[in-house]
Amino acid sequence: MSFFTVDGISLQFGGLKAVDSVSFSVEKGEIFTIIGPNGAGKTSIFNLISRLYDPTSGKLFFEGRDITEVPSHQIAKLGIARTFQNIELFENASMLANLLVGRHCHATTQLWQEILFLPSVRRAEKEHRRKVEEVIEFLDLQAYRDKLIAGLPYGVRKVVEVARALCSEPKLILLDEPSSGLNVEETDDMSFWIRDIRTDLGVTVLMVEHDMTLVNRVSDRVLALNYGKVLASGTPAEVQAHPDVIAAYLGA
Amino acid sequence: MRFVFKTDYDQDIRLLKHSGYWWSYGALLAVLIAFPYLVGSYLQSQIVFVFIYAIVGVALIILTGFTGQASLGHAAFLAIGAYTAGFLQSQGISFIVYFPAAAIITGAVGAMVGFPALRLSGIYLVIATIAFAFIVEEILARWESVTHGNEGMRVRTIDFLGQPIPRDGDAFYFLCLLVLAGSILLALNLLRSPTGRAFIAIRDSETAAKSMGIDLAGYKVKSFAISAALTGMAGVLFAHKMSFISPEMFTLLLSIEFIMVIIIGGAFGVHGAVLGAIFIVMVDPFLTALKDDVPVLGASLATTLGMAPDAAGKLRDTMSAIGSAAGLKGAIYGLIIMMFILFEPYGLYGRWLKVKLFFQLFPLYKKATFKRQKTYVKSERNR
Repeated sequence: MSFFTVDGISLQFGGLKAVDSVSFSVEKGEIFTIIGPNGAGKTSIFNLISRLYDPTSGKLFFEGRDITEVPSHQIAKLGIARTFQNIELFENASMLANLLVGRHCHATTQLWQEILFLPSVRRAEKEHRRKVEEVIEFLDLQAYRDKLIAGLPYGVRKVVEVARALCSEPKLILLDEPSSGLNVEETDDMSFWIRDIRTDLGVTVLMVEHDMTLVNRVSDRVLALNYGKVLASGTPAEVQAHPDVIAAYLGA
Repeated sequence: MRFVFKTDYDQDIRLLKHSGYWWSYGALLAVLIAFPYLVGSYLQSQIVFVFIYAIVGVALIILTGFTGQASLGHAAFLAIGAYTAGFLQSQGISFIVYFPAAAIITGAVGAMVGFPALRLSGIYLVIATIAFAFIVEEILARWESVTHGNEGMRVRTIDFLGQPIPRDGDAFYFLCLLVLAGSILLALNLLRSPTGRAFIAIRDSETAAKSMGIDLAGYKVKSFAISAALTGMAGVLFAHKMSFISPEMFTLLLSIEFIMVIIIGGAFGVHGAVLGAIFIVMVDPFLTALKDDVPVLGASLATTLGMAPDAAGKLRDTMSAIGSAAGLKGAIYGLIIMMFILFEPYGLYGRWLKVKLFFQLFPLYKKATFKRQKTYVKSERNR
């Protein structure tokens, strides 16, 4: 069985089929990209995977385990982390606090221990901090540790969100439009980081992206969606040459 | 200006971050210990009320400031703590037992109130907590076998292992100080550990909190329970301080006073609870003094300016009629809240930080340093 499998998943809002029996599977160590015009159902698939939505039908498998019924707050513990298209950071907290929230799924201390701040809590905190510092170093965020998110520029926030997802030490990371709102240079950096996340950290990447330059540069495989249905899948070149994909983007 | 050179992760975890903290908090502690010997009994009694309000303030800051769940029901939690103490004491149970018992019972009730919070947010949650407060008020008035209904209930002096702690003595002052210090320490410990960060995460983005592995239901209930338990402890002290409790002491106006504590003090840090409590407790004697003195002063001023004595007398009567009009206190409170929300949403503590920064940066302070900026729009679709 594949590392991560989406098996015939559908999502229906009333009469609208946002996702219509989509199936694909992602192998370990792959960079897998979902592309498609606006409203194709890409982010809906991400919301289904992180269990913010319940699928109308179909199943999700992660490392051979059925995760279709797992509550959303346990997904992170299984090793699936995500970022959001519109940046969902904790605005009125420092960057460090944001990244430490990323460590939440590894928290082992109990409430009463935390109230007394026992030595075990202090030790655990330092261990979390050490892991967070590794991510800060990896993504070059040293300058922003104590800054409030509300005061950071958009490009930095985008990176902080990736950092927060990496802090949970995921096996699979879902990146929802990592390059949206970034300039050319920042997009370049992002493409290097995405490849490093896969190569150096060994994290499988599943992303939604519109910037085809970035897609071509980093993706191993691409899946094209339109109106919730799969149009084509394969290498970036194959998918871009597919007549249905060209029709969807340019109009037949 | 001080630059702290960080070489160790402990420096970010520890509460007293550098030597300056030792000096300033040490001095504060010395002043607080010396207070009962320096001031008269009236002021000392007011300070005890400041402590009690500050404990509730800390509780509300945990719930509203950090978890983002508003509550107008904290007077009811205070009442539950107070009545638990009163009832258990009348059953001959010792202070050492009923003090924690009141905290646990109030905490349990708080957890129950927390459940609707899983589905409600913002103004709807406020309405739900007001409803809860009314229910509690009504129960207190009707459950006569325990609460003596509207007649009220006498609460005797604390008997601490055979040692009485009279409500206007120094020992009571130190007891309240100790409980306040304990609550502040509890809050600070919570805030530097995973639970506190989970609270902040829930406040700022529930969607992101969920996908970072935070169980929203569990943490909201925890936040309500902790907040209620602290308020319950404050309730025990309140009952002993008043020595008489009745349902009409725990009305909506008291809950609004508690909300004012954190709005005026600043809800983003624990300091705000203490500053807000000082403001609220001291504003009442101030208003009373105004009510008595302003009409007389106004009349004599009018006479000196050449007004006929009977016209001046009429003016005085009108002014004192306005001063003693029902609801004036509420109106003034409302005005103060509005002013703070409009002009200083970070409260007195926020203002203090700004003043401090002004002097730290002295010639370089820019007028726009704290100008509020438009922040990016966040999606609330996945709530």
